[in-house]
Amino acid sequence: MIRPDAPVLLEIRDLQARVEDKAILRGVNLTVRAGEIHAVMGRNGSGKSTLSKVLAGHPAYTVTAGSVTYRGENLLEMDPEQRARIGVFLGFQYPVEIPGVSNLEFLRVATNARRAQQGHDELDTFAFEDLVRERLQVVQMDPAFLERSVNEGFSGGEKKRNEILQMALLQPLVAILDETDSGLDIDALRIVAGGVNQLASPDNATLLITHYQRLLDAITPDYVHVMAAGRILRTGGKELALELEQRGYDWVDQELAELEAATSRTPVEVA
Amino acid sequence: MTAALSSAPAGLAGWTQRWLDALPAPAGELAPVQERGRQALAELAPPSSRQEDWRFTDLALLQQLPLAAAATSLADGPAPRPGLLRLQLDGRLDPLEGVDLPAGLTPLSPVETAQALGHTLAATGCEHHWPVELNHAAAQRVLALRVASRTAVRLELVSTGPVILRLLLVLEEKAELELSQSIQADAPGLTSLVLEAHLGRSARLHHGLVARGHAGAALLGHLAIEQEPESEVRHTAVSVGWGLARLEPRVIQVDGQALTRLHGLQIVEGRQLADTHSHIRFNGPEGRLDQVHKAVAAGQGRSVFNGAVRVPREAQRTDAAQLSRSLLLSDRARIDTKPELEIVADDVKCAHGATVSSLQTDELFYLQSRGIAADQAAQLLQRAFCEEVLRELPDGARAWCPLQTLQLSGATA
Repeated sequence: MIRPDAPVLLEIRDLQARVEDKAILRGVNLTVRAGEIHAVMGRNGSGKSTLSKVLAGHPAYTVTAGSVTYRGENLLEMDPEQRARIGVFLGFQYPVEIPGVSNLEFLRVATNARRAQQGHDELDTFAFEDLVRERLQVVQMDPAFLERSVNEGFSGGEKKRNEILQMALLQPLVAILDETDSGLDIDALRIVAGGVNQLASPDNATLLITHYQRLLDAITPDYVHVMAAGRILRTGGKELALELEQRGYDWVDQELAELEAATSRTPVEVA
Repeated sequence: MTAALSSAPAGLAGWTQRWLDALPAPAGELAPVQERGRQALAELAPPSSRQEDWRFTDLALLQQLPLAAAATSLADGPAPRPGLLRLQLDGRLDPLEGVDLPAGLTPLSPVETAQALGHTLAATGCEHHWPVELNHAAAQRVLALRVASRTAVRLELVSTGPVILRLLLVLEEKAELELSQSIQADAPGLTSLVLEAHLGRSARLHHGLVARGHAGAALLGHLAIEQEPESEVRHTAVSVGWGLARLEPRVIQVDGQALTRLHGLQIVEGRQLADTHSHIRFNGPEGRLDQVHKAVAAGQGRSVFNGAVRVPREAQRTDAAQLSRSLLLSDRARIDTKPELEIVADDVKCAHGATVSSLQTDELFYLQSRGIAADQAAQLLQRAFCEEVLRELPDGARAWCPLQTLQLSGATA
């Protein structure tokens, strides 16, 4: 839902980042307003997953230039946990298995951390169980998964459902879903997408990082961005995703080559 | 004066002599044992790092301990579990006085005790170990109990260190004993434990030891177990917070065909040292071993594990698995871990593995990305690491091991 007067939730300006010595993001610009669903598409290695990890504060990535503001606050100077508490959520492409940590306890501690930030009371075990059982329905998840260790032995589909369950509990304002469709069969994709659609509201925004059009058949984006070589190369509506599906990514390479050529033709001043 | 000083042995030998001198004269039911132990200690060289079994374990802390144990009072603990008999052991008073023992549990007579005492220590080859002789020299009392055939008994033993403990358990054929044992030391001093258990055919022992120490306290423990065929031992030991802890679980399957499950967890921080030397011998075919030993080392803590498994020719079709997993939380902590398998039989399965790792960055980040603070996330992961061993404790022992006791200061460094 595009509303030009809706408040800006996330403002990314000329964001550059590297992992070890390798520059991956090379100037990303993106504005996300409340109510919007954005899709970020691109080939492997285009930087789209890195963008999601940088926004969540993964320690392996170093921001070298640019800024990210979340509701007017400098997101980049916050710890990962602080970002989560104020409403930024990253749905992992590969959710991490944590043997020995009960899923239920993990969900409760996380939910209470977010609630404390919002000025709400901590939920005790019983109140939380009521809440979680209600939210399980968003992704039609079997309550048995609450009793297991976090993601341990879960199938790919179960892990992604568990991610969306966390989103349903934490109620983020900006949800970044990194390749949420990868490893899902058609039924699981439908359930996960249904969950995302249920949770989308005029007050929050969703950033879908994806490779394929098929997720966008189930979740209709307001904007589609194509990333290449660490930048957003082109932005359009949902028809851009369809164009990519039909034409493939080759034209992106061509456009990128032209852009790089233009950049290198820029006269260099000699001191 | 000068001459007297220079003739006194230095170091640990000197401490041992002073410690022996401070003991009361041999008395009571264990007087003959005390005399033999004192005699042995006077002749036995104390352990040193030149011996392979003590290579990484420096007993220097012992020299700083007070010679005479201060009178101890019972520290606060969890309320006794319903239906679980709790006995207080202080090494001096009779723990059975005025107690109604549950059906199936009886004390051994003095004659039976005299006959059985030391048998399992000898069978497991440790009756002359220095820490055992130390216990012999000082123990004033032995708690000797029999579990009658085809009965099941649950028991809790609670002690506050420093204390010298001697236990003897005889499980008759098809007897079952669930033994929850807690030792807590909150003052400097030496705590010594020697436990012997003999399991008759098809008997089952579930023993959980939770030993919570003090940075100035030392724990020396030998747990000697003899198993007849078809018997099952589950022994789980958790030690945390001792300046020095050395535990030696030693098991012999006298005729194979038994099941031994050993779990251990030791946690060190500061300048603490914890050492587990386990020793399992299969003296017959088709024995099984399932062993998991875990260690958490923070600060400048040191952890040592040595897991000996002996599979002689007569122990065909032995199935043994040993795993050592260590969590290193500081670059100044140190972990030494070594499996020691001696296999002569040719038709056996003996698996072993050892890992040392720090907290996983991806796991930490995942928890943080859900709003969980870094230090809390680290604690959750540490607890998860420990949980695999803690869940093996009987309920009564588990109650002595609240989660907060496992949290280390400075563990996230």
